Amino acid sequence: MVMNYMLSEEEQMMVETARNIAVEKMKPVREHYDEKEEFPWEIVKEFAQADLCGVYIPEEYGGFGKGIMGLVLVVEELCKVDGAIALSLAATALGTLPILIAGNEDQKKKYLLDIASGKKLAAFGLTEASAGSDATGMNTTAIKDGDYYVLNGTKCFITNGGDAETYTIFAKTNPSKGARGISCFIVEKGTPGFEFGKKEKKMGIKASSTRELIFKDCKVHKDNVLGKEGHGLMIAQATLDNSRPGVAAQALGIAAGALDEAVDYARKRVQFGQPIASFQGIQHILADMATEVEAARALLYASARMIDAGTSKRTSKESAMAKLFCSEVAMKVTTNAVQILGGYGYSREYPVEKMMRDAKITTLYEGTSQIQKNEIALNLIKESAAKTK
Amino acid sequence: MNIIVCIKQVPNTENVQIDPQTGRLKRDGIESIINPYDEYAIEEGVKLKEKFGGKVTAITMGPPQAESALREAIARGADEAVLISDTAFGGADTLATSYTLSTAIKTIENYSIIICGKQAADGDTAQVGPGIAEMLNIPHVSCVKKIEVIDDVSIKVERMMEDGYDLIESFLPVLLTVVKEINNPRMASLKGKMLAKKAIIKSLDAISIGADIKKIGLNGSPTQIVNIFNPPQRTGGEKFVGQAKDIAANIVKRLSDLGVI
Repeated sequence: MVMNYMLSEEEQMMVETARNIAVEKMKPVREHYDEKEEFPWEIVKEFAQADLCGVYIPEEYGGFGKGIMGLVLVVEELCKVDGAIALSLAATALGTLPILIAGNEDQKKKYLLDIASGKKLAAFGLTEASAGSDATGMNTTAIKDGDYYVLNGTKCFITNGGDAETYTIFAKTNPSKGARGISCFIVEKGTPGFEFGKKEKKMGIKASSTRELIFKDCKVHKDNVLGKEGHGLMIAQATLDNSRPGVAAQALGIAAGALDEAVDYARKRVQFGQPIASFQGIQHILADMATEVEAARALLYASARMIDAGTSKRTSKESAMAKLFCSEVAMKVTTNAVQILGGYGYSREYPVEKMMRDAKITTLYEGTSQIQKNEIALNLIKESAAKTK
Repeated sequence: MNIIVCIKQVPNTENVQIDPQTGRLKRDGIESIINPYDEYAIEEGVKLKEKFGGKVTAITMGPPQAESALREAIARGADEAVLISDTAFGGADTLATSYTLSTAIKTIENYSIIICGKQAADGDTAQVGPGIAEMLNIPHVSCVKKIEVIDDVSIKVERMMEDGYDLIESFLPVLLTVVKEINNPRMASLKGKMLAKKAIIKSLDAISIGADIKKIGLNGSPTQIVNIFNPPQRTGGEKFVGQAKDIAANIVKRLSDLGVI
């Protein structure tokens, strides 16, 4: 039984569709993709066929128009089974949000239809070797040359890198202007001068590709600038405000999946002549896990609904809270799931060790837990200052 | 190319329970699903439509609640759905069911292929598909695992055999029953579910299909279920313990006492 979050009929439909795909199509192959570290194209096709790729994209651009809440529900449901395969869809949302947020009508029409239909995946290119939490440390430049910008530099740790077709790339158009000198570009795979570097070998989310993006005198037309020149960092921040619930949903899904595995195992595993679920030591761990998962869900859904309502100018604090809480819960719950399964939990025969490995990334990417806390605290102070002015 | 897919709503066989007293299925709380073999039939119909155009019409005979199976068929890509429902159809065996479905299909114009699942997961007879073809006086191929070629007038298919397959050519229209090797059924899509929710399901009764009252339901069913029972539970065998030599002697004695040797 899950709590009643007053999901609409269409929201329930999305959950049901995602669950069917997760259970019928993803579950039988999740070990394969984790082991082989291949990109899960056969499952991406299933997402596309079931109309899941565009749940958050407005209907006029071929999507299902169900906002961040729609994305959250689908990602959570998929990640209950596998948090890595689902990332092909979730990271596409991250790469698409800059177009939704800052794109003009022509750009939206040109790029969103294929993303909504699942024909193309997207990726978000902000991080560099020297620019992680501090995006202004980036070295990629985009120097104007007539109708074009010439991009040079290397992005790293780009999810869906190499497998996506559409990239939203951040580069310095005016290095002397610092935070106001960064712009955002749409760059398509195949553009001359745009190449892919090494694929990362990771602890978890192995079914997801993480690559370097290398720009060598890559000419991008000025029509591909998102928003205005110099607005890049603002677009990135607005994107992250909207995308953090996606990571939170990934974390929540992984945690919920691990909880199910732990309860199931505890009921069946017999030691000292009785199921281990009959021991209070185990029961209390399970009770904490379930309570944390439900609290995470309540906070995440509330944040997603707030973003979709569109009544607040900034939602940085709320989306950071959801991401911080869900990802930390995911780490705790998956660690406890491994604990309950004991030696079996540590074995690759059971899925919980993978869930624990996959969960860890959620406390790191799109801002570490510490960066989320900075964001939350900064907003607390700003809100308080505004009141006492 | 217009395609008719015949489907049946059956109890979910994954968690089926039998009442030990009556020997009948416990239907309370049991979820109804599309007969799993029929999912392959729907998928094959939708794939043909996507390749050649036309429409897929799903059809079922059943109680009013069988409408949910038809909506599921629409969610999976069928364009239209027809429910053949009438209390007069109750108690139909495979002959009466074949008659009823074939009579209803006669009201649908211009079809090239009728596709059925190989058999239903509840009755397991595999008779209704071929029965419909006989009554429509069209050819049929059962247990199809692949459609090789298809043109305006004919079709070439692979029929699954125990030790390989037969390659069979037939004129159209034809009825095919399909096995699970034929495809990998897609899951219902969001847009499909939205369409299914809004779809108007046509319902036809005995009169509207012009059925002969003597050939439908119990009246039209020469086979009747006389009794349903559970096979007796196997009891454990006799166990001989001790030294191998003594056991062997005991077994021989016991078998000769029984007159087996």
